[in-house]
Amino acid sequence: MTQKILAKHAGLTEVKAGQLIFANLDMVLGNDITSPVAVAEYGKLGFDGVFDTKKVAMVMDHFAPNKDIKAAEQCKMCRTFCREKHIENFYDVGKMGVEHALLPEKGLVTAGDVVIGADSHTCTYGALGAFSTGVGSTDMACGMATGKAWFKVPSAIKFNLTGKLNPWVSGKDVILHIIGMIGVDGALYQSMEFSGEGVHSLSVSDRLCIANMAIEAGGKNGIFPVDDLTIEYLKAHGNKPYTIFEADEDAEYTAVYDIDLSTIEPTVAFPHLPENTHTVSSIQDPIYIDQVVIGSCTNGRLEDLRIAAEIMKGKQVADGVRCIVIPATQKIYSDAMDEGLLKIFIDAGAAVSTPTCGPCLGGHMGILAKGERAVATTNRNFVGRMGHPESEVYLASPAVAAASALTGKISEPKEVL
Amino acid sequence: MKFAGKVIKYKDNVDTDVIIPARYLNTIDKKELASHCMEDLDKTFASRVKPGDIMVAGWNFGCGSSREHAPIAIKESGISLVIAKSFARIFYRNSINIGLAILECEEAADRIQEGDEVEADLTKGIIVDKTTGETFTAEPFPPFIQEIISCGGLIEAVKQGKIQ
Repeated sequence: MTQKILAKHAGLTEVKAGQLIFANLDMVLGNDITSPVAVAEYGKLGFDGVFDTKKVAMVMDHFAPNKDIKAAEQCKMCRTFCREKHIENFYDVGKMGVEHALLPEKGLVTAGDVVIGADSHTCTYGALGAFSTGVGSTDMACGMATGKAWFKVPSAIKFNLTGKLNPWVSGKDVILHIIGMIGVDGALYQSMEFSGEGVHSLSVSDRLCIANMAIEAGGKNGIFPVDDLTIEYLKAHGNKPYTIFEADEDAEYTAVYDIDLSTIEPTVAFPHLPENTHTVSSIQDPIYIDQVVIGSCTNGRLEDLRIAAEIMKGKQVADGVRCIVIPATQKIYSDAMDEGLLKIFIDAGAAVSTPTCGPCLGGHMGILAKGERAVATTNRNFVGRMGHPESEVYLASPAVAAASALTGKISEPKEVL
Repeated sequence: MKFAGKVIKYKDNVDTDVIIPARYLNTIDKKELASHCMEDLDKTFASRVKPGDIMVAGWNFGCGSSREHAPIAIKESGISLVIAKSFARIFYRNSINIGLAILECEEAADRIQEGDEVEADLTKGIIVDKTTGETFTAEPFPPFIQEIISCGGLIEAVKQGKIQ
């Protein structure tokens, strides 16, 4: 499926794994950390304008609302550049959201697109049947200038999904399970293609979460077939024309994994790698926590907040635990307010923040002190990821994070319901 | 392109968060980034690295974030070449794009030890450990990528019209 999208965008009838190609880009994305480097590099190229003012997006989400003067200067640099180059998709505080939640919501990415983003989690849009992948700032600069990028065509690994998820198990548990199974470089340089009848039982939100963390297995991209749910989602979010590509029956894969969704349990990745996965039920000694973060490009969507709110409704965050809930976009924030979710969180003793990537990468809005431990619905638990190099992050689903916030230790939802 | 230097060695899965922690990503100043390079993994790195030194590591070097600040910080710190068993793909392309020399060679990454004096020829993919006398061969880059590297990175390659 990935190869077909790349071939079409390279003007070729077919491509093979390992082939180096130039592909036309449908969207080039950057954030407030990676775009300043790209803007500086762009300046060296000597181009007047960007290749298409509609096909570049900059989102001020990582250190915004600005955490310090330097962060403010970086956002200012992006703002000035976008104004000068008449870039239409510039999202600043008050309109922005966590980029990978925002772009699908705004209908800026669609099935059949080739998208690059100077952010590793750009692979998220594969959930909608696009080829999208993270690149660096220099790629972003050249992409903005020329509308093209070089790619080595990836080989593919197939994940054949069957069955249905059990209650309180979500896409996050699926992708953590997979990363635990194949390792943090298990899909290195390759495309992770999800297929099988089990796909149709996964919500678009679950698919976005799964594709989002393809990079945590080293994948170039994660991609889902387009089905009725995808089309329903695309139609509800903008009117960008889409193209459906399908994998051939006899497509070649370097490996095929069969996964029965009904066997997946609530899963947590222990520090300091996303592959250190354990089912919550297998945890013997209690793991006490200081902080819970519910949000990010992985799990900050409305569906995620609904799950957390259902668990936390009428209950209290445990003494000694700081719970931070971060709706990923302004629309999600507003919808969560209308649905009464924010009130549930606040009444439970949680803090609700404006959209930001903030704590996920140890930027701001929830930094950990030495020796502190967090359960987070984010995507990485590397050394120092959320703060002090001697702090710890446990990656989990919104359901596990919410349950853990209530008990003060890593817990399954069934322990609090 | 040839390189010679003393080896600083790390293990598997060195991620971009330890190469340059996000708390320092509020700047694009290369010198400042280099001063914090590897800080959360090895506090001594920035003070002991010498121009020309060669970094050697295990599998999946540079995994995690797409931050180009990571290869920039390594390059600016004086490291001339990174040899690893494998590179995470975004780090791999970022290194090529900014002109940080890298070589993938499992055997060399296994055998070469901290402090060894190493010479490498990027075009031929030959790595020589002068301390032990061992020679290793890395997979050379495809011509297209060698072209980007010989231009000095993607920006120059685009400017020179080599890429369109």
